[in-house]
Amino acid sequence: MRGQGPESDIVMSSRIRLARNLSEFPFIRKCTPKDRIAIAMSVHRALDSLPLSADTEYVDVAKLGDLDRQFLMERQLISHELSESQGARAVILDPHERFSIMVNEEDHLRLQVMQSGLDLEAAWQRMDQLDNQLESKLTYSFNKRLGYLTACPTNVGTGLRVSVMLHLPALVATKQIDKVFRALNKINVAVRGLFGEGSQFMGDFYQISNQTTLGKNELALVAKVREVVPRLIDYERKAREFLVNESRQDLHDNVSRALGILCTAKKISSEETMHYLSKVRMGVNLGLISDVKIPTVNKLFIHTQPAHLQKLCGHKLSVTDRNIERANYLQLHLAKRPESEIN
Amino acid sequence: MKCQHCEKPATFHITELTEPNGPSVLHLCEEHARTFLSNEGTATPASALSSMLAKQLKIKNAAEELATADKKTCPICGITFADFRKFGRLGCAYDYIAFEDDLQPLLVNIHGSLQHVGKEPSNQTGSPERQHRIMQLKVEMKEAVEKEDYETASRLRDKISEVESGNESSWSKDALEDLGDDFQSDTPIV
Repeated sequence: MRGQGPESDIVMSSRIRLARNLSEFPFIRKCTPKDRIAIAMSVHRALDSLPLSADTEYVDVAKLGDLDRQFLMERQLISHELSESQGARAVILDPHERFSIMVNEEDHLRLQVMQSGLDLEAAWQRMDQLDNQLESKLTYSFNKRLGYLTACPTNVGTGLRVSVMLHLPALVATKQIDKVFRALNKINVAVRGLFGEGSQFMGDFYQISNQTTLGKNELALVAKVREVVPRLIDYERKAREFLVNESRQDLHDNVSRALGILCTAKKISSEETMHYLSKVRMGVNLGLISDVKIPTVNKLFIHTQPAHLQKLCGHKLSVTDRNIERANYLQLHLAKRPESEIN
Repeated sequence: MKCQHCEKPATFHITELTEPNGPSVLHLCEEHARTFLSNEGTATPASALSSMLAKQLKIKNAAEELATADKKTCPICGITFADFRKFGRLGCAYDYIAFEDDLQPLLVNIHGSLQHVGKEPSNQTGSPERQHRIMQLKVEMKEAVEKEDYETASRLRDKISEVESGNESSWSKDALEDLGDDFQSDTPIV
């Protein structure tokens, strides 16, 4: 989310994950509390014997408080499932947040590699190496015919999920997004909204990913997702052009008002913040807003989420206090004060 | 895997067979699956998996097949196929073999394939067939001990450690003959 990398005005980040299970244990739903502990210990031991351990941190998620778990979730380092489930579970963190390994999630291991912008091939290379390292110390559940065996049959085979997070505000504004979804679904590419709670898609962020994991190799699956991204970028650019051509003044007014609200509100919810930040982000990318930088906007999307806000504040806050604090924080970083850029 | 519309786990894997362009698969949490199904004007089933299977079985005009499939039990983890349909998660790797016939149509619907292509681990001792083989040998050893046939028990103990260490010379051939026949059989790849 550093706002770097190819096509970073539309592509927020690329992510690859692998699902793996240890052969000597049942899948998670049939694991006893002892099994879960034994799995976590096996992984911890394997990690300790690898050079990888020098630069990573093994975090016992079961021992973390609510706020810490939510914080990791907001940074997409752990999933909702890992955060909220019971029993022994862990996450192995890279201090640079280029990858994380969840232990005892839906599968025994969920490896994920993150990359700013669109660089799936590089992400896969790093993932392959990470997987090879762990595999040298652990015995994965594998069958020649069905590949890597997973708790849910939707992940069997490669266990690979390739996803790209895109910012598509103009396709949303021109009401073309549903058409795009339907087209993608037909070619087995899944789309879902991000940052939303429940069914609400927020901030105009969408994640596209492969739906199938069996029958095609990893590079083919990477290529499948990679191939649709330029088309989506093209559609979004055309929709932005359309909005500018239709009425540059209206669009300029719209994004400026969004910035105005974020700079002056005294209480603001995270939903409203996402909504307006999305408009501001498009405004900056179209050159309609000049005094705000994309990396600042990207960071505000994360830092204004509840756990981040409370961490920045140093203590727990009620919903009302969070809304006040969020408004203060936005004002500090968006009002015309170049020295307040987030580092 | 997560729901396509939210962060909750996708426990419903709906295959829409009425699409003009062939089947499309949706992965949804219970709440979104319900919304989807009610929008479709369909009654809400206990599980979308069962709905999909029911559709397939209806075509074959053999609803009793579902009841038969539901009763199948994995010899290793003990879950029934009905348990899987209810939770949307398997209990252990051997379920892929124990429920092979019933999972195949589902896998074809989701992936359009039944054959893994791609990366393989360098250490291939983690096959579910091997786990099953170890379990069988342990049962045999226990029986031998109960019969006070310590010679057989000791032979079986050695065999178990051979299989566990991946050094057994003949087990894989035997095991494939014993267990893997169905799994190795030719299944049309759609």
